[in-house]
Amino acid sequence: MESSKKKQAEMIKEISGTNPLKCMKCGKCSASCPAFEKMDIKPHQFVSYVINENIEELAKCESLWYCLSCFACVERCPRDVKPGKIVDAARQLVIRQKGQSHLLPDEIPELIDPELPQQLLVSAFRKFRR
Amino acid sequence: MSINQEFKPKIVAFCCNWCSYAGADLAGSSRLAYPADVKIIRVPCSCRVNPMFILRAFEKGADGVIICGCHPGDCHYSTGNYYARRRMTLLFSMLEYVGIERGRTRVEWVSAAEGVKFSATMNEFVETVRELGPNVRLGDLRCKN
Amino acid sequence: MHGIGVFVCHCGSNIAATVDVKKVVEMAKLEPGVVHAEEYQYMCSEAGQERIAKAVREKNLKGIVVCSCSPRMHEATFRKCAEKAGINPYMVEIANIREQCSWIHKDIQEATEKAVILARAAIAKVNLNTSLVAGESSVTKRALVIGGGIAGIQTALDIADAGYEVDIVEKTPSIGGKMSQLDKTFPTLDCSACILTPKMVDAAAHEKITIYSYSEVEKVSGFVGDFTVDIRKKARYVNMDKCTGCGACMEKCPSKKALSEFNSGLCNRTAIYTPFAQAIPNVPVIDPEQCLKLKSGKCGLCERVCQAGAIDYKQEDEIVTNKYGAIVVATGFEVIKLDNLQEYAYSQSKDVITSLELERIMNAAGPTKGHLERLSDGKAPKNIVFIQCVGSRCSENKGKPYCSKICCMYTAKHAMLIRDKYPDVNVTVFYIDVRTPGKNFDEFYRRAVEEYGVNYIKGQVGKVTPEPNGKLTVHGVDLLDNKQVKVEADMVVLAAAIEPSPTVRNIATMLTASIDTNNFLTEAHPKLRPVESPTAGVFLSGVCQGPKDIPETVSQAGAAAVKVIGLLAKDKLLTNPCTAKADELLCNGCSTCANVCPYGAISYQDKLINDHGIKKTHRIAVVNSALCQGCGACTVACPSGVMDLQGFSNRQIISEVDAICR
Repeated sequence: MESSKKKQAEMIKEISGTNPLKCMKCGKCSASCPAFEKMDIKPHQFVSYVINENIEELAKCESLWYCLSCFACVERCPRDVKPGKIVDAARQLVIRQKGQSHLLPDEIPELIDPELPQQLLVSAFRKFRR
Repeated sequence: MSINQEFKPKIVAFCCNWCSYAGADLAGSSRLAYPADVKIIRVPCSCRVNPMFILRAFEKGADGVIICGCHPGDCHYSTGNYYARRRMTLLFSMLEYVGIERGRTRVEWVSAAEGVKFSATMNEFVETVRELGPNVRLGDLRCKN
Repeated sequence: MHGIGVFVCHCGSNIAATVDVKKVVEMAKLEPGVVHAEEYQYMCSEAGQERIAKAVREKNLKGIVVCSCSPRMHEATFRKCAEKAGINPYMVEIANIREQCSWIHKDIQEATEKAVILARAAIAKVNLNTSLVAGESSVTKRALVIGGGIAGIQTALDIADAGYEVDIVEKTPSIGGKMSQLDKTFPTLDCSACILTPKMVDAAAHEKITIYSYSEVEKVSGFVGDFTVDIRKKARYVNMDKCTGCGACMEKCPSKKALSEFNSGLCNRTAIYTPFAQAIPNVPVIDPEQCLKLKSGKCGLCERVCQAGAIDYKQEDEIVTNKYGAIVVATGFEVIKLDNLQEYAYSQSKDVITSLELERIMNAAGPTKGHLERLSDGKAPKNIVFIQCVGSRCSENKGKPYCSKICCMYTAKHAMLIRDKYPDVNVTVFYIDVRTPGKNFDEFYRRAVEEYGVNYIKGQVGKVTPEPNGKLTVHGVDLLDNKQVKVEADMVVLAAAIEPSPTVRNIATMLTASIDTNNFLTEAHPKLRPVESPTAGVFLSGVCQGPKDIPETVSQAGAAAVKVIGLLAKDKLLTNPCTAKADELLCNGCSTCANVCPYGAISYQDKLINDHGIKKTHRIAVVNSALCQGCGACTVACPSGVMDLQGFSNRQIISEVDAICR
């Protein structure tokens, strides 16, 4: 159990490319977040959830799906902790865990729409990288 | 293992005058034992340790060489230990290439207040070298009787 | 070498209980070069030393090995003893058979074996020892202080009071520095000018202090005790000897467009100006960029109104060359540029200001005559928001990684002063941590909260948006409440980070004083030598070494002064003879050694070398033994193995290695 918690936290760190230990708990991410009101876990808390390896709770929260991925928090974070990327990674984790990998790499070219956010494409590729 | 217990390795420790040598003295005055196999050479700074000295030690039959300096940022000469760290990183990887195991070489930061750390480091290092057994690489065969 | 004496100490039972000293003596006698070996109860005692002296006389010893306690304990003792006995003190080596042998081993056989090997190593080393003589260099009894802020002034005053000549070089037209711009000082709230101005006057009046204002250090050469410094006295266009400081020129000057540096650019000044009324020296300078006469030749009003005839448009920069024994760097700080922190809207709104600007606004001699008003419309603000850690504690691409240290306290001060003078103004402070280490500091901050009702909110501000109605919306967060907060403010004050004065890089290069990644000067030792630079003879005072407040700056300034006085009090400096030395015959002048030297002790000379009869001029490395501290970094860096460290030479260390591995 302990090890799987740790593994999940490591996974989040790896996908997001952030080091949550850099956080100095200033809350600038939460101050900048346009979706703050709707969130149950606030942006500055994401970081401590990862530090505490409490990924299960993080995966269950509503905030993941309220985050606009506007990356204001990533832009303004004084210490380059990037809470937005953590949300992104947590979403990835949830999607992967749910086994909803219905999309096959071969199907992707058809689905490409010029309007589609780049980020989504990259996420999709990331999912199928192995 | 029983053979290794018999084995008395020759270990050369280079200690910088300001931190590690003082740390070794503190280990002494606190009566913190470490094996007599360790012999300390005093140098002004860890950056005084020429890779040549280490090669020479192995050539003359040393089984392990350890370099102790001040903690990064605490060097009496401000930057000496950084030079030592870089030089030794390179040297040790080359030594490994010629067959001298990583366990036989080490750089450790020991401050003047860390008698406990000095003794613990030496105990641990000697144990590692003991397990590796006598060094056969680089030895100058002319030195053997 | 023939003629080594080995002296084995029992140290009572400290050594003798675990080491068979007789055996060590016996074994030592077998070593090459050893002509005498003996043991004694206490070698360091009077009687022990007498035994050494006697052996030196009778056996004509050339080198001495003492097997005893750590050299850190008694090396100096035995060196002195050798010197008294008539041999060079550096012909002594110590084998540490107490701390590093008898005290840590229990088995007598094992400990004795080790003691024999340690003795052998010391004998092998002393075999290769050479006589070394500590060099001497003279001391110029005059100090230079670079920077005329509170740090520089205090250092200069302390040195001058001890009776030594001091020169202060200040790049702006007046001494006083940042402290002169401040209104009140924490934690006692006394007026900055009231406590600084007397010190400035003292410095100016002191017979031992010379102030070079509007001057910069141009070139430094030499070393500890004997620096030669070129000082550029920038053209003032005003004759300092004639000017009476009446100020008529400033009143009449028609060019009024330049921004006042003293008032943080919040108001204008004339082209001929003194930075502030209490300036020292009270002699104006003409800003050549702004002066109509100097730019176009038309005007000359100041010359006409000057009754003293002090205006001199033809004045040119002047270089003064002086000699100094010690140099103190006191270059201070600047507030960082806020270009990387656009979210605070500093460049968009006039009502977003830095704390130093607020300091000027609150000051009675400032641009608003001390009235708290918005710079955009001159209205009195009703809501003021302070934002802490602006550019401090950031990743490197956004700001400074360090804590600027003074902001928590000055923000509390500002908040308190505003609430005191304007009780109807709401003051909100957004903070990450409130850091108040210092005497009466936390009490001060608590007073701001408890007595003055300043609203402290834990959380950083995301952005500040200027609204069309002229107000500012501050988007912040209250982390303790876990809520976003929006505050409508009339004025936002940013506690912007401080950084070392940009001039310090150049000065550090000239002095070969080391500097860290944030441009703060490095101390010789962070704990034990905090006011000395690793470069001998260079001392640090004030913020150039790290962020600090006024009380800390003044104490550091005093400490630096004491170090300078200690240096200047000496007539001669004895140098450590264990310095690096290059073999002239083999050196090819590649400069590798100079690059690793932390002290700038290595220079290069073209020297005529006599190589076995062939005379040729070579570029070779020359070590200045007054600067070299003997770390040995260069000896290893030298690609041709030409550099060697006296007292710890390659051959000596190798012989020790050999002896140990034998």
